Amino acid sequence: MNNPKIIVSASPHVHSDRTSKKIMYDVVFALIPAFLISLYVFGIGAFVLTLVAVISCLLFEYLIQKYILKTNVTIGDGSALITGILLAFNLPSSLPLWMVVVGSFVAIGIAKLSFGGLGYNIFNPALIGRVFLLVSFPVQMTMWPTAFENNTTIVDAISGATPLGAIKEGLMFGETMTQISSKLPSNTDMLLGFTGGSLGEMSAIALILGGLFLIIRKVITWHIPVIMLATIGIMTGIFWIVDPEQYATPLLHLLSGGAILGAFFMATDLVTSPVTKKGMVVFAIGIGIITGVIRLFGSYPEGVSFAILIMNAFVPLINTYFKPRRFGAKIKSKIV
Amino acid sequence: MLKTFPKGGVHPPENKITFNKQIKRMSLPKAVYVPISQHIGIPSEIVVEVKEKVEKGQVIAKSGGYVSSNIHSPVAGVVTKLDKIIDTSGYKKQCIVIRTDLKDESNLEEKEYLLKKEITSPPHEILQRITDYGIVGLGGATFPSHVKLNIKEGKKIDYLILNGVECEPYLTADHRLMLEKAEEIIVGIKILKYALNIDKAIIGIENNKTDAIDRLKRLTKEEKGIQVAALQVKYPQGSEKQLVKALIKREVPKNGLPLDVGVIVHNVGTIFAIYQAIQHNIPLTERVVTVTGKKLENPSNFWVKIGTPISDLINEVGGLPEGTRKILNGGPMMGKAIKNTDVPVTKGTSGIVIIHEEEASRGEPQNCIRCGECVSVCPMGLEPHLLMNLTEKGMYEKAAYEDILTCIECGSCSYVCPSNRPLLDYIRFGKSIVKKLETAKN
Ligand code: SF4
Ligand code: SF4
Repeated sequence: MNNPKIIVSASPHVHSDRTSKKIMYDVVFALIPAFLISLYVFGIGAFVLTLVAVISCLLFEYLIQKYILKTNVTIGDGSALITGILLAFNLPSSLPLWMVVVGSFVAIGIAKLSFGGLGYNIFNPALIGRVFLLVSFPVQMTMWPTAFENNTTIVDAISGATPLGAIKEGLMFGETMTQISSKLPSNTDMLLGFTGGSLGEMSAIALILGGLFLIIRKVITWHIPVIMLATIGIMTGIFWIVDPEQYATPLLHLLSGGAILGAFFMATDLVTSPVTKKGMVVFAIGIGIITGVIRLFGSYPEGVSFAILIMNAFVPLINTYFKPRRFGAKIKSKIV
Repeated sequence: MLKTFPKGGVHPPENKITFNKQIKRMSLPKAVYVPISQHIGIPSEIVVEVKEKVEKGQVIAKSGGYVSSNIHSPVAGVVTKLDKIIDTSGYKKQCIVIRTDLKDESNLEEKEYLLKKEITSPPHEILQRITDYGIVGLGGATFPSHVKLNIKEGKKIDYLILNGVECEPYLTADHRLMLEKAEEIIVGIKILKYALNIDKAIIGIENNKTDAIDRLKRLTKEEKGIQVAALQVKYPQGSEKQLVKALIKREVPKNGLPLDVGVIVHNVGTIFAIYQAIQHNIPLTERVVTVTGKKLENPSNFWVKIGTPISDLINEVGGLPEGTRKILNGGPMMGKAIKNTDVPVTKGTSGIVIIHEEEASRGEPQNCIRCGECVSVCPMGLEPHLLMNLTEKGMYEKAAYEDILTCIECGSCSYVCPSNRPLLDYIRFGKSIVKKLETAKN
């Protein structure tokens, strides 16, 4: 019997139903609660900005793959979509839209495709896009619309400050924490997301909800977010205990400046984070420490983006040094 | 908490469709095609001639070396050909073709042997008969059993582990055997314990076979030194190293054998064959085979004579269904896909699994997204994505350094990769090159 339809291939002959696409769309799904909060807080501007970021990311991926690289077009795999959303989440809702387009180009064209596309990029594309904009357009990138004030119209720029920005500024002018905190939003407001800041860093609760979803769906593990946040908390906590008039509470550090967004959605990016659990632990501690150092001693109020990008650069090294233990390695036979 | 191995593993859908199908006797094939290479090691030497009349159980090919094994005629009949035919490996191999004498009494009537509990043979005779009667590991690896049992002076074995895990999806041959031949298996265990002077024996069974676990537990309640352990259901627990670790927490060293940590592992099917050889003087000429698949009319477990064409087995369950894409010799995780059904059942055939097109479709391979899934499921602590990469780039030295040879080819990495990367395909290739390089060096 010789049946042409019979396939002869090597084992295994069955496959789990997990696909990269499903994983990517789980991430998109997990970002929805935070997106809804940002719509509530910033209104239509947030919507338009996210839309522009997503469309331009997809479009750049399509155009570059099709006409410049002449490779398969992979805009359907969900990765460019995620980059678009995450980029938008890292921008102030008032950012001029053309800058959003520039950021998308940097994210997709430079940070992702010039490295070889999905899986080959070393740095998180959305963060590269963001940092590029921050360096190129520092003024626009640090003008934060205040919550609810302008959520019915698209506006160019309204100045307000993020809580961390306000603290940095206050300290520079010699104010004490007690004086500064009177100007800060309450912890509840920050937990819910009713403060100034970039689109997606608003609501801790919405972000944690999305993050838990990812953990339950086994897209990410708890290691990176929990350890990274714990490190930030411990580091800022030590300084706060030593001198509460000079340093903000660890809770404030955790609830603002994109710490939670970074912990659950940026640092955990599969492509740019280590593959082993041991490696993840080292990576997360590294991000936590660098974030702490920038926030406590640097001139820049935040630091999560930089910290993640810096640690991204170390991932190949981490992967080389923190390997899983081979079965049976360094075990002597019991009976010789 | 049920015992299991600590690192890696996957849990594919079990699909044990035939778990409650009693083992039936296959009707006698018109002819058997007995390959002379049914064990790892060099092929046996044919000792019969064309037209020669053979008895059931007669030696037809003699062991050609230490890691080789005798082969006996599964039926009474006449040798019609010594021919090369394609076997399950996909290559042409020497076979002895025997036309079955359908009138021979010994073929027709299948004697049910009464359980014989008392062990009368002395140890050296037991070991000799295991060598003579062609017994090899029936779990699939077909390692000649006498080699495993040949313990060098000065080594002490303190555990006999019985592998009743059957972690491959679909297969139920060991499950049914443990249920239907439980008493014989226990006698088989005692034979080995006695012959090798081993104090403790553990039968490891995954917890999806609770009936077999219960039955064996009941039967061994009074026995000192035989224990039945239920294991968490996780693939590849049937791999020797994983099983030893799961049951007694000993880790077989890299490049080592269970023997190095004082353990001998045998499949439950092998133990049954040993029982038959020692207690009833029956050489290994038949085995249990699960013939199964989601679309088969009547998936079943059979007692099958070695050498029976697989097409006979498939006819017996209602023929190949429409839309069949793969015919597997073995389970879906480690079995071999075969091109056609003319190939014969050998000592290593534990199941024939018919895979339908719905299940067979594999997605296109995409870029690795470095999700680390393959790393976390690898039971050997390897980094499959890295090994594939190194092989792809031709960096074999580095692949050897990254322990590519430690891979047990369980396929967990390929199974789980969300980007459909053919990890194991590459690793297998890389392994073969690394092995060649290493032999060249020595
Ligand atoms: S499972 Fe596949 S996609 Fe994930 S790291 Fe391994 S090879 Fe890459
Ligand atoms: S690398 Fe080898 S041992 Fe590890 S999961 Fe893949 S096939 Fe199994």
